[in-house]
Amino acid sequence: MNSWSRFNIVSVVLGFAFLYLPIVLLVIFSFNESKLVTVWAGFSTKWYVSLFNNQGLMDAAWVTIRVALLSATIATVLGTMAALALTRYTRFRGRLLFSGMVYAPLVMPEVITGLSLLLLFVAIGFDRGFVTVTLAHITFSMCFVTVVVQSRLLSFDRSVEEAAMDLGATPVKTFFEVTLPIIAPAVLSGWMLALTLSLDDLVIASFTSGPGATTLPMKIYSQVRLGVTPEINAACTLLIGLVAVGVVIASILTKRREVQRLRDEQAAFAGR
Amino acid sequence: MTKLGSAIFSRLVIILPYAWLLFFFLVPFFIVFRISLSTTAIAQPPYEPVFALADGLSGIVAKIGQFSLANYVWLTEDALYLNAYLSSLWIAGVSTFITLLIGYPIAYGMAQAPRTLRPTLLMLVILPFWTSFLIRVYAWIAILKPEGLLNQFLIGIGVIDTPLVIMNTNWAIYIGIVYSYLPFMVLPLYSALEKMDNTLIEAAQDLGCPQISAFWKITFPLSIPGVVAGCMLVFIPAVGEFVIPDLLGGSQTLMIGKTLWNEFNANRDWPVSAAVATILLLILVVPIVFFQNAQAKAEEQGR
Repeated sequence: MNSWSRFNIVSVVLGFAFLYLPIVLLVIFSFNESKLVTVWAGFSTKWYVSLFNNQGLMDAAWVTIRVALLSATIATVLGTMAALALTRYTRFRGRLLFSGMVYAPLVMPEVITGLSLLLLFVAIGFDRGFVTVTLAHITFSMCFVTVVVQSRLLSFDRSVEEAAMDLGATPVKTFFEVTLPIIAPAVLSGWMLALTLSLDDLVIASFTSGPGATTLPMKIYSQVRLGVTPEINAACTLLIGLVAVGVVIASILTKRREVQRLRDEQAAFAGR
Repeated sequence: MTKLGSAIFSRLVIILPYAWLLFFFLVPFFIVFRISLSTTAIAQPPYEPVFALADGLSGIVAKIGQFSLANYVWLTEDALYLNAYLSSLWIAGVSTFITLLIGYPIAYGMAQAPRTLRPTLLMLVILPFWTSFLIRVYAWIAILKPEGLLNQFLIGIGVIDTPLVIMNTNWAIYIGIVYSYLPFMVLPLYSALEKMDNTLIEAAQDLGCPQISAFWKITFPLSIPGVVAGCMLVFIPAVGEFVIPDLLGGSQTLMIGKTLWNEFNANRDWPVSAAVATILLLILVVPIVFFQNAQAKAEEQGR
C-alpha cells in the first residue's frame, strides 16, 4: 500500500486543477489589454492604474482593512478565551449552551446571522456603520478562532502547565508564560483566519453596514452586478496577492519558531 | 491576592466570550422571532409594535396583543416561499452529494500520498479557502458565460458546435457550491482517512478480499464520521447560500437566501424576512444539532 497508485495521483491532480484553474484564469485576465475578460488581447497593466484612480474602490479597501484588523484582533482574544473555557474549565453552568453558541455560527447561513444582527442594532438604537460591521465580524469570526485554538489546546501536553503551577506559578502567569507561547502558532493562524473571513465577507457586512462604511466586497459585488470588467479582476488579484503574502509570512514564522523551539529543547537536554 | 487573581482570571475567560455570544448571537434570534410576529409599517423602524419604556407595563401588554401570525400565514399562502425552501434543500442536497463524490477521491488520494508530501497537499487544499469567496464565485462567471472560456475551449477542440448554456441555470449553482465548499468536504474526510490503520486493509487482502470490496467493507465505514462532518459543513450553509445563486444562478433561480435578501433589501418588508429567517432556522436546527453532536464527540475523543 506504500506505492501511490496512479488512480490516487490522478484524482489529487485533477482535484487541485479544479481548485486552482479558475483563480489562475482570473489573475491572467486582469492583465488583459481588452475590456473583455474572456478574449485575450495582449498584456497590459492599465487596469491596475485605473483601479488606483478609482477613489470609491480605494476608500472601500481602506474601510475593509481597518474593520478586518480590528475585528480579527478582538475576535482572537475572545476566541482564545472561549477555547480555554471549553478545554480547561470543563464543568461550569451552561457549558452546553456555550459550546452550542460556539459551533452554531460555523455553519449558520450568513443571511440569518446578518439579518439577526441588523435587527439587534436597530432594536437597541445603534446607528449602523463602521462599529456595527466590526462587532458583527468579531461575533462570527471568534468562533473560528476558538475551533483552531481549541484543537491545539487539546493536543498539547498538560503536564507542562501542571509543572509550572506546582513550582508556584499562578494560573495567570502559567497561561502567559507557558500556555500562550505553546499555542501561539494556533493563535496566529486563528487571527489570520479571522482576518480573511472579515476581508471576505459580503453578506453580513451588507446587512450591518451603514452609509460611509462600504466595504470592498460590497463595492466589488455592486460592480459585478453591473458587469464583469478587468478592473475587478485586478482588484481581486491584489487581494489574492495580499492574502498569499500573509499566509507565506505566517507559515515561515511558525516554521522558524518550531525550529527555534526544537533547538532550545535540544540545548536544554544537552546542558543538564 | 494571587488566589483572587486566578479566580478572576478563570471567571473572565468564561464570562467574557459567553456574554458576547449571548448578546450578539443568541439574543438577536429572539429579536428576529419577535419581529416576525409584527406587522409592516411605514415608519422607522418599519414594523409595529415598537416597544418603549414610556409605555409602562399595561402598554407593553397591550402591544403584545398586537402580535400576529399573519406573516407565517402569508408564507404558506404564497407558493413562492414553499418552492424556494424546497428548491434550496434540493440544490444544497445535490451539491453536497456531488461535493462528496469529488472530494472523497481527492481526500483518499491525499491520505495515501507519501508521508513527506502530505503537509504540502494539505496546505494546497486550504490555500483557496484564504482567497475571497466572492472572488472565487466571480471567477466562474468568465468561465461559464455563453461566450466564456469553457465554451471557447470546448468549441475549440471540437466537442460541441453551439455554446452550452450553463450560466443562469441550476448547473451553474451546483458548480459554484461544489467549487466553493470543496475544501470543507476534503479536510474532515482527509483527517478521517489519514488516521486509518492500513494494516486492516492489508489483512483483508491477505485473506483474499478484493481491493474494491475491502474499500467498501473497511475503509468507507471507518470514514463515516468524516463523511458526516464534511456533508454537514457543506449542506447547512449551502441551504442559505446567497452569493452563488445571485451571481451564477440569474433571476430565475429560487433559493431561500436570495428570497430573504430581496424581501429585506428590495421590498423592505422586515417582518416577512424575519419570518422567512425563523422558518429557515427551524429547518436547519436538526442538521445543526446533529453537527454539534458530531463535533462534541470528536472533541471527546481528542481529549
